[in-house]
Amino acid sequence: MNIVVLLKQTFDTEAKIALDAGGQINRQGVSLIINPYDEFAVEEALRLKEKNGGEVTVVSAGPPEAQDALRQALAMGADKAVHITDPALDGADEYTAAAVLAKALEGLQCDLVLAGWRAVDDGSAQVAVRVAEILGLPQVNVVTRLEVADGKAVATRDIEGGSEVVEVPLPAVITAQKGLNEPRYPSMKGIMQAKKKPMQKLSLGDLGLDAGQAAPKVKALSYSLPSARSAGKIVPGEVAEAACELARLLREEAKII
Amino acid sequence: MAKGIWVFAEQREGKVKKVTYELLSSGRKIADQTGEELCAVLLGKGVAGLAEGLGEYGADKVYVAESDQLADYTTDGYTKVLADLIKDHQPSAVLLGCTITGRDLAARVAQRVGAGLMTDCTALELADGQLNFTRPIYAGKAFVKAASPEARPVMATVRPNVLSVDAPQAGRKAEVVNVPVNLAAGDIRQIIKDVVRQISTRPELTEADVIVSGGRGMKGPENFKVLEELADVLGAAVGASRAAVDAGWIAQSFQVGQTGKTVSPVLYIACGISGAIQHLAGMGSSKCIVAINKDPEANIFKVADYGIVGDLFEVVPIFAEECKKLQA
Ligand SMILES: Cc1cc2nc3c(=O)[nH]c(=O)nc-3n(C[C@H](O)[C@H](O)[C@H](O)COP(=O)(O)OP(=O)(O)OC[C@H]3O[C@@H](n4cnc5c(N)ncnc54)[C@H](O)[C@@H]3O)c2cc1C
Ligand SMILES: Nc1ncnc2c1ncn2[C@@H]1O[C@H](COP(=O)(O)O)[C@@H](O)[C@H]1O
Repeated sequence: MNIVVLLKQTFDTEAKIALDAGGQINRQGVSLIINPYDEFAVEEALRLKEKNGGEVTVVSAGPPEAQDALRQALAMGADKAVHITDPALDGADEYTAAAVLAKALEGLQCDLVLAGWRAVDDGSAQVAVRVAEILGLPQVNVVTRLEVADGKAVATRDIEGGSEVVEVPLPAVITAQKGLNEPRYPSMKGIMQAKKKPMQKLSLGDLGLDAGQAAPKVKALSYSLPSARSAGKIVPGEVAEAACELARLLREEAKII
Repeated sequence: MAKGIWVFAEQREGKVKKVTYELLSSGRKIADQTGEELCAVLLGKGVAGLAEGLGEYGADKVYVAESDQLADYTTDGYTKVLADLIKDHQPSAVLLGCTITGRDLAARVAQRVGAGLMTDCTALELADGQLNFTRPIYAGKAFVKAASPEARPVMATVRPNVLSVDAPQAGRKAEVVNVPVNLAAGDIRQIIKDVVRQISTRPELTEADVIVSGGRGMKGPENFKVLEELADVLGAAVGASRAAVDAGWIAQSFQVGQTGKTVSPVLYIACGISGAIQHLAGMGSSKCIVAINKDPEANIFKVADYGIVGDLFEVVPIFAEECKKLQA
């Protein structure tokens, strides 16, 4: 069974966000990680491979540093990596990302595409779905449990106020939600082996695309930071007194209860 | 030329989601300024009766697509019907609620009709004839204002609970257009095998006006009862930090934060939560934050409007009792 995992490199969730002099998101000095949801996708792919055999390919579109995220997935146990990198991808939106990823996937024989349900940077939850649409594959999003057998995937997904179990024929695109599994850490041996595993580097031209074909639909106009919240008041007094005073403040001052 | 502001009227089990009315209220204002029609699109089975309410909340027209095959939401079924309608009528904008269904549907439809999509938006404005959307990125640590300058329709999903709802106008009528549903046997590849709903009388976390959240300070699953009692007094939803979820005290679906739900209630009460950056990312846009924590140095106090330094097991029951009294 051959599995492709779509993997995005994102800022560490610990990162504080600042704007640079040009009003853009400052990337300087920010540590980078595999998007946490994509880690669940990698782990699930590895478990399916361990059970059913086959190959796991991790694919990422992103700047040169994104190679590190791919290398880490190789160290976890993925077999090969495809890194799409091109200066023309600056300013890419989800439409662009999906166009290049889908193009790269066309060349790979795969039974299942796994991705994260959203990236913690743009929070869009679109790219994997768009890839599914381009490739004409069914999708199941926000999956917390996955079983694959007999050419079918049976996935439990979050819905509001509960969950549902959905069956789709393979190949399909499945996006991972927290709870799907507990990702492994790369072993020392894994890290050593990863250095020798194939990492294919592709430009837009290599994919047979020009920048026009993948031109973004959405343009960012400006960035801003939330107005800093300032510390309010500590309600004084003994616990019982403070608890009563808090109720009064919320009713009379804040007028919200 | 593309014309019409469309709102996807999300319903579940015959009840229209509140976010639909939020979108209609904002959509109404935009449509009035641009001189376009405001249309709602209603999909399901046995839902035609809901069209009336959509008119009262501002829709000029309601496209109703009813079929057995649309009784349950499936990506394939709903995408085909909505995308075909968009191709036939060429609206200039399509708005959906940023719910689990709205997200799933919007991205697939956007790709099918060649549209750009801005998700989880918290504000929209019409400036020089262009719709601009503001959306949080980095889980709320920053915002981007964006637009889809050329591709039509412009598509966006808007976060529930951020746009205000205008009072419905009793008797205001929308034109109802019944849409034939042509779904062939193979069109829907998703088979819904089972649906499990947690039976709860409490509001949905992302739609709640008040949220009472517990963290590692709860010390165990049984103690969430303390928060539930307060939640019942306030008509609140219960939430949790990742530490409480990872400890197995409460289900993942209650997690608030960067890898959980993003919420913006009127009142967020954090009990035994330290205020890690990933937690703040998910609730930092709450209108009023209350922190109850026994550590006066806890980070949560830096963002809280009101704080009590103390043991939550002492504070919360007294606070709940007092709220009950005040509300009586
Ligand atoms: C990739 C990644 C994603 C993450 N995503 C999320 C996320 O989505 N949401 C999230 O919440 N976290 C997330 N985290 C985890 C986050 O970093 C923190 O570890 C977590 O939020 C801590 O939860 P907590 O505040 O409940 O626990 P702690 O930090 O341990 O704080 C417990 C607090 O309870 C107080 N306390 C203890 N007993 C009492 C008592 N009796 N009365 C009053 N106060 C008491 C203590 O003083 C302390 O401040 C993420 C981390 C990573 C690495
Ligand atoms: N540039 C990218 N390269 C590879 N995968 C991506 C990329 N962008 C998004 N994805 C995948 O799509 C998922 C959803 O991303 P997003 O739509 O950006 O929230 C991510 O969790 C990844 O699995």
